[in-house]
Amino acid sequence: MIGLDVGRLAAVARKEAREYRRTPFIIGAMAVLPLIFMINPVITIFAIGATVKAATVSKAVGATFLVLLVVPAVIPASIAAYSVVGERDQGTLEPLLTTPVRRGEILIGKALVAAVPAVGIAYILFALAVILAHFFAGNPTVAATLTEGSHILAQVLFAPLLAIWSIGVGTAISARSSDVRVAQQLGTLASLPPLAVTALVSFQIVPLGVWTAVGFGLGLLVIDIAMWRVVLAMFDRERLITGSRAVKTTGVGPGDRVAPGEVRRIQA
Amino acid sequence: MAKEQLTDGAAPALVVSHLTKRFGDRTAFEDVSFEVAHGEVFGFLGPNGAGKTTTVRTLGTLIAPTSGSAVVAGIPLSAAAGAEIRQLISIMPENPGLYLRLTVQENLELFAGLYSVPSPRARIAGVLETVNMAPRARDLCGRLSKGLRQRVGLARALLSDPVVMFLDEPTSGLDPVASRDVHDLIAGLRERGVTVFLTTHRLEEAERLCDRVAILNTRLLAVGRPEELRTQLFRSSLVVETAARLPAPEAIFTPEMGVEKWTPDGDATYVLSVADPKMAAPRVTRALVAAGADVLSIAVSRHSLEDVYLELVEADPEAEP
Repeated sequence: MIGLDVGRLAAVARKEAREYRRTPFIIGAMAVLPLIFMINPVITIFAIGATVKAATVSKAVGATFLVLLVVPAVIPASIAAYSVVGERDQGTLEPLLTTPVRRGEILIGKALVAAVPAVGIAYILFALAVILAHFFAGNPTVAATLTEGSHILAQVLFAPLLAIWSIGVGTAISARSSDVRVAQQLGTLASLPPLAVTALVSFQIVPLGVWTAVGFGLGLLVIDIAMWRVVLAMFDRERLITGSRAVKTTGVGPGDRVAPGEVRRIQA
Repeated sequence: MAKEQLTDGAAPALVVSHLTKRFGDRTAFEDVSFEVAHGEVFGFLGPNGAGKTTTVRTLGTLIAPTSGSAVVAGIPLSAAAGAEIRQLISIMPENPGLYLRLTVQENLELFAGLYSVPSPRARIAGVLETVNMAPRARDLCGRLSKGLRQRVGLARALLSDPVVMFLDEPTSGLDPVASRDVHDLIAGLRERGVTVFLTTHRLEEAERLCDRVAILNTRLLAVGRPEELRTQLFRSSLVVETAARLPAPEAIFTPEMGVEKWTPDGDATYVLSVADPKMAAPRVTRALVAAGADVLSIAVSRHSLEDVYLELVEADPEAEP
């Protein structure tokens, strides 16, 4: 990762953003999926009556919290899963790899463009849920529970970490896949396991506090780093182009070369 | 190493020494050695599966050689030097691989960024002008014909002002007019002193464009100027056509006339194998006239690069039946 060139990284990110803007399925996914994931929180917020006990409110808000965190996990997964196999599919991967760009620059450039909108959408949805709860919920404790410091901290920490995992695993699958649709399906599926961590909090198996949020955040960070180390190792030029990695590379001394103008016929 | 030092003509642009690439049990190419001088247009010929594209990928640091060594644009080939070498070369694969949802300008902006090209807008305008694509800069690449995409691919390859350009089958699948345009562009590169490594199996293309050619069929079969390969592989011959069959050709086509051997080719045509056609042709003409023959034509038979290629590839014991 050392020696990243910001100009090259920006070039990759700009290209990705331009492509996404002109790809209907990505725009569609970004627009429709968040709306679908907002249905449950909205119903939950409005369904809780004024007389419902605080413990029940806390459980319902926990479930809402989990649903909102599915967004940063799922949205970038299919985008990331398309990122390498899609390039291979349209024949752009090899020209890209012939340039001086380093693998870290390609991966980070692509990841940024997948992560930023997904995390942004996740934060916007959470803010929307808070606003709806504050102004329209029948039970005032809904808004209070949603805006507890630990909930906000968890949302702020978990959303990018889940997105980073999701993009990493999606890219890894994409690098090894030869079919865009299969890569996207597997990528989406593989994005889900870390949600188990957030489920522990959401379903109050582990009570959510500031230190719990920080602890789980660190846990997610560790698996993210491990995942990205694997992705970097998998993003090998030879493997991406030929499907296999060089077994052995040796050099020999200078031999009898054919100089300009010289003619040689090599006998069998 | 500064680009100016690399292009001063002193050092070869490419030095390949006993390079071999194997994928498991399969040998892509083996023991390949040659040099390419700076500013040379070097043709790399061979049948499908001969290892041409793999050689280009190896020299372009996309894949690692199994053994052997190479110096590309003055830098020894190694994994560590990959980015440095790629900064000095450009590769245009058989399929130009453009982003079809992006415009021509946007495609070139990406690559200008990846090569850290200074003053990218001016440079992009310049290369688009070179390939006659300036009016199409704002067009989506997906809406361009294959020939125009190939031109954009060439513009992209020129963008970084490379020391060595690898063009892999640049006219594959193009119609004759589009092929001619690409040929003109390559000829223009030669005039500008760009080293071009041209992979092709279109022999007339190689003969027309290349200073020297190498013929590969997993192993390197020959390297040289097309003319040198012809004279090395084939004896010169004269084709003599007379109005009627000669009554005693053996009395005319003698070693004294410079004829090594002769064979009839039809009713009144004879193919003479000669060491020096410039010396033999007048002698044979005089002998024929003296013998009372009506000579219709005497011509030096020229072997094409295709003849050279077929002779080498078909004679290669490694060639598939």
